[in-house]
Amino acid sequence: MQEKCIPLHRLPIGCTGRVKELRAKDDTRRRMLDLGLISDTVVKALCQSPSGDPTAYQIRGAVIALRSEEAANIMVEIF
Amino acid sequence: MGGDNYDFVIALAGNPNTGKSTIFNRLTGLKQHTGNWPGKTVMNARGYFKHNEKSFLLVDLPGTYSLLANSPEEEVARDFLCFGNPVVTVVVVDATCLERNLNLVLQILEITKKVVVCVNLLDEAKRKRIKVDLNKLSRILGVPVVGTTARDGQGLTELKEVINKISEQSLCCNPVQITYAEPIEKALDILQPVVEKLFKKQISSRWVSLRLLENNKKIELALNTNFAGNLLENSALKKARLEVQNFFNQQKMTEEEVKDSIVTGLFNTAEQIGQEVLEVESEDYHQFDRKLDSILMSKKFGIPVMLALLGVVFWITIKGANYPSELLARGFFWLEGYLTALFLASGLPDWVNGIIVTGVYRTMTWVVSVMLPPMAIFFPLFTLLEDLGYLPRIAFNLDNFFKKACAHGKQALTMCMGFGCNAAGIIACRIIESPRERLIAIITNNFVPCNGRFPTLIALAMIFLVSSIAAPWQSLGAAVIILMVIVLSVVITLFVSRILSKTILRGLPSSFTLELPPYRKPQVGRVIISSIFDRTLFVLARAVMVAAPAGALIWLLANFTVNEVSILNYCAGFFDPFARLFGLDGHILLAFILGLPANEIVIPILIMSYLATGSIQEFDSLEALRDLFIQNGWTWLTAVCMMLLVLNHFPCGTTLFTIYKETQSCKWTVISFLVPTLMGLLLCFLVSQSVFLFSSLF
Repeated sequence: MQEKCIPLHRLPIGCTGRVKELRAKDDTRRRMLDLGLISDTVVKALCQSPSGDPTAYQIRGAVIALRSEEAANIMVEIF
Repeated sequence: MGGDNYDFVIALAGNPNTGKSTIFNRLTGLKQHTGNWPGKTVMNARGYFKHNEKSFLLVDLPGTYSLLANSPEEEVARDFLCFGNPVVTVVVVDATCLERNLNLVLQILEITKKVVVCVNLLDEAKRKRIKVDLNKLSRILGVPVVGTTARDGQGLTELKEVINKISEQSLCCNPVQITYAEPIEKALDILQPVVEKLFKKQISSRWVSLRLLENNKKIELALNTNFAGNLLENSALKKARLEVQNFFNQQKMTEEEVKDSIVTGLFNTAEQIGQEVLEVESEDYHQFDRKLDSILMSKKFGIPVMLALLGVVFWITIKGANYPSELLARGFFWLEGYLTALFLASGLPDWVNGIIVTGVYRTMTWVVSVMLPPMAIFFPLFTLLEDLGYLPRIAFNLDNFFKKACAHGKQALTMCMGFGCNAAGIIACRIIESPRERLIAIITNNFVPCNGRFPTLIALAMIFLVSSIAAPWQSLGAAVIILMVIVLSVVITLFVSRILSKTILRGLPSSFTLELPPYRKPQVGRVIISSIFDRTLFVLARAVMVAAPAGALIWLLANFTVNEVSILNYCAGFFDPFARLFGLDGHILLAFILGLPANEIVIPILIMSYLATGSIQEFDSLEALRDLFIQNGWTWLTAVCMMLLVLNHFPCGTTLFTIYKETQSCKWTVISFLVPTLMGLLLCFLVSQSVFLFSSLF
């Protein structure tokens, strides 16, 4: 099966993905890493805010809301 | 509090929202405000506790997820752990979210050996059927682990005992060492011996070496300022660092990859430990939370439910405050009769009675009878929502609007704090890292009506806007009006934020992440008691203290005459033509100006200023107030304009002072004064002039 990488903000609600690449730089990258968004971390898209953005994700047992700009820099593989 | 004498310094660290503040309060008996949202503690709070006849200074560090990201809170926490020399560091972790919390524990264990891990919220974990094997955790980490349920006080004696034992060195800690990927370990082999020689035992050499591998400039700076002798300029160290650099080049590892590899090492270790010590009965332990989220944050219901919840809070506040307010007013008025009689009988001159009874007493009792009941109801209700963990959900629901206004998503949280007190809201703005967005949040915080302004808004709505509705529906009508006022205040906040982002504070929204913490069962009893005693009475006491001298001053102004016109009337007359442009009168404008020290005293000043010009009459209910205002030419339009001005005018004295302290700038304090004032005048002008225009046309 071909690997399918998409930016996290395109991960459909209710779906789960595995982090493959973090494209953010510097401080933002550090902050993402501190959330545990390292390679192979499993992320689940939980729900969208009433106006469509941000989206809440389940990351290592915590629920974190990310705006689409930030989520766009996180590449995940759907499974 | 035990003064400045203490035997040991203890640091209290942990992720945000793990109950750190509750533990701090429980141990020290201090009353730091706690709430279920990340970022509550924004500076080092200090308190003392005694155990076994020794006294401990407990320093509550800001809650952080990590010590590596260089946010202001992290720097404060990190610097204290590295250079503050705490004898013991207590790391509080959330039992329901252990794996994530272990990241910080592992980082702290690299800095200091003397650590106690306090696994808190065991009751929540039990509810979610998560079991934590504390003994195993202690064995793996190599440091003592204490399980607590801080809000019930469980486990705290044991925690104190362990802290005591480590301070006395009768309990040893041998923390686990994280094994990083091979290239990192090899680089450490080169660097660590040199660092160890240089820094001796002042600081953990492994930790310093890791930070040097990352080329962390902030930490290099901190090392240089805290240790004498410019150690980083040492030639042996420079040589070793060059060697490491060459080694990484050989391995084709970029600086970014080095950093990633270190973080990965931490998380992988945390994950392994988590798997070892956690026993989860069902994977769906957060199911209840998700279900609640799917209502409270859903596309369809998110915002309506939020409005309904706020509406209910206001309705309960208005309905519940009605009766006690009237009772208090009657009581005070009844007492006033006796006071006056007493003064008359004592033969003191009339003006003494005037200042003390008509001035000081009346202003103070108004503040108490009108402010106390709504505050005593609103504060606990709002704190319950806060305790439950609802406030971050509000931020989540509203974030997109803030993004469009180029403002920070956490501004919604600081606004919520502003409901209580704008000064508190402005301090809460520290959770916003970007200076630009923080200033926006500070300048616009005053658009949210604080508790000192709510009762005024409620009173005005009750007497002018809903008085024609049948009595049983009046409180509901008033609640709807207050809700509309709040929505308006949010709209104005967003509008002004956007204008500021496009003009004097230009910029794009910065990146941020918002944690939505697990819902917690609110501690109803504690919330009611603490919010009444700590917040309500505190705010009320401040208002009463301001009200007393203001009452005396206003009486003097009303009764000192120059050319047979009182100074008060003279001033009001001076402002009158200007005020008429905005649908107000000179007395109202003067009351706002004299009410600068505290918003609570605007209405009592206004009443006195009207009463001083007319005859003194019985005054013990909202109806009396209505009659008084109507006698002075009020219409519904005056009430609307006054409400707009209550919502949008300069911050009170305390808030202005807080803004100055937080921004350290006169310029931004002045701007924070002008922006809401001009906004208020503009709104009043537009509303009143368009109404005048319409009524002259038809």
